[in-house]
Amino acid sequence: MNVLLALVVGVLFAGGLYMMMRRSLVKVLVGMLLLSNAVNLTIFTVGRLVPARPPLIGLEARQVLPGSADPLPQALILTAIVISFGMTAFAVTLIRKTYQKIGTDDLDSLRCTDLPCPDEPDWRDPGEEAH
Amino acid sequence: MLIATPLLIPLLGMLLSLALWRRPTAQRYTALFTTAAGLAASLALLGQTLRGGVQTLQVGNWPAPFGITLAVDLFGAIMLSVSGLVGLCVAVFAVQAMDRARVSGGFYMLFHALLLGVNGAFSTGDIFNLYVWFEVMLMASFVLLALGGERAQLEGSIKYVILNFMASALFLTATGLLYGLTGTLNLADLALRLPQVEARGLVTALAMMYLIAFGIKAAVFPLFFWLPASYHTPPVVVTALFSGLLTKVGVYAMIRLFTLVFTGEAAFINTLLLVVAGLTMVVGVLGAAAQWDLRRLLSFHIISQIGYLVMGLGLASQGGLAGAIYFMVHVVMAKTALFFVAGILDRIQGGFDLKQLGGVFKARPWIAALFAVPALALAGLPPFSGFFAKLMLVKAGFEGGQFGVVAVSLAVSLLTLYSMSKVWQEAFWKPAPADSPLPLQRVSAWLWAPALLLAAGGLAMGLLAGPLVDLSNLAAAQLLDRAAYITAVLGGVR
Repeated sequence: MNVLLALVVGVLFAGGLYMMMRRSLVKVLVGMLLLSNAVNLTIFTVGRLVPARPPLIGLEARQVLPGSADPLPQALILTAIVISFGMTAFAVTLIRKTYQKIGTDDLDSLRCTDLPCPDEPDWRDPGEEAH
Repeated sequence: MLIATPLLIPLLGMLLSLALWRRPTAQRYTALFTTAAGLAASLALLGQTLRGGVQTLQVGNWPAPFGITLAVDLFGAIMLSVSGLVGLCVAVFAVQAMDRARVSGGFYMLFHALLLGVNGAFSTGDIFNLYVWFEVMLMASFVLLALGGERAQLEGSIKYVILNFMASALFLTATGLLYGLTGTLNLADLALRLPQVEARGLVTALAMMYLIAFGIKAAVFPLFFWLPASYHTPPVVVTALFSGLLTKVGVYAMIRLFTLVFTGEAAFINTLLLVVAGLTMVVGVLGAAAQWDLRRLLSFHIISQIGYLVMGLGLASQGGLAGAIYFMVHVVMAKTALFFVAGILDRIQGGFDLKQLGGVFKARPWIAALFAVPALALAGLPPFSGFFAKLMLVKAGFEGGQFGVVAVSLAVSLLTLYSMSKVWQEAFWKPAPADSPLPLQRVSAWLWAPALLLAAGGLAMGLLAGPLVDLSNLAAAQLLDRAAYITAVLGGVR
């Protein structure tokens, strides 16, 4: 189970980082989603994965079963999920707003922070130029 | 209970701004009171820490290391006071400088949320909690940056959000792995347990992950690119707030973690930190030299000054840390004041382009003086605060035998002076360009008073350097005395 999750986490990290390096903003957003899930699964794996050993203390027992899973990482993930949910919601809004304002989702056309800002959208579809 | 007040007051401020959502003017004046109260509470906490050592609070009375711990040592209390001061000054400046549309859009609520996140990061004693406070601060800063929705702002926000998201993901991964390795999240408990971990390679790797995560937040070389791409886009009030607090939280987290938790790998990490510090200083100041937009120029100087803070940490001696702490207070005041002056110049002449500014020295000599004091302090000339800050760092560098980074830091000081004299020459001395006549309107006291307060603070830090250097030394000694921190947090548990 550990190996399987390690592989899943690895693929998610690789895919997330790859998508984050794409030019399209929507793909970057997908990358962010993949990456936050990769992180959450990493923490999940850290909490030890064992079947049928709940971290509960029985009526007669004084401590949990030896080798049972640690419940704390799952609480941490819950917090992390809520945070990444908020972040994603903001990112979606920001990207949508940017698209409305600039008319493109191409990261390479976001030059306004470095060059004087034109009043009108200065982006043209490369396909349009070919005609 | 005093330890929780720097958190509760901004929270109250947030709630009040929400309650007064439809009354922007009332929000402006409420923020003055909440930030003043926040500063008073932080100063009181500083006094208490001076008298009684590390202050702790076990939230909900769950004993450490199982519950959430708030722990403020002298360094933390100094940072809380600085954040209180910046908060108050920004609130005063914003009364006039923040436009009504943005106030209606929730500026004050976000401003308090940012202060809450920053203060939380300064007062927590738990690494996952630190992550959560970082996120509180980041979310507020995301929205503050984009608030207003101008094109440059949106583009800057995208770059800022994506790169800071990367940093947060790294921070969270490292925290998860650290928990897997040690089974604890409490900083003091981590400090005890980490030396017993067998897999040293993994510990070093985790230290590097934290270094990169905090390096992105602190904007060190080569991870700073989000800063000059975004900091100049929002209104100058927001930039002043960010420049005073955000990157400094990254440096604070670095200092906290590398003096308390990751001490076993010191030799390797410290060399790396010194190299990074030198490069950060050089690249920042060279970037600034090429700029003609005042806000962009000052943004590059933020990066350059971060290098000095990292240098103090990399020297890893009491002198170096004391220098970093003194420098931190100095640079926060100087940079925030400079951004305020940039805002005033924008008010007077309607722009930040140095080529179109000019003649301010003749028309408004007082504004010029308000610029000159923090600018000279930033360059490190006596008798201003920056001189003593750099003196402490250079002295610690010589004591540690790190001549390379000392030489770089002195050369960068000269370049900073060059950059500041360029601004002086262009914006203040040069006659006003023909196409931008100086409209003779008064500069409101709401605008110059906070800049004056910070400039005077910088001057006072230079003139009263003795006691403040002693205070920094005391704070640095407390940082290095890990046993005292650990006992204060874990106390009776073991």
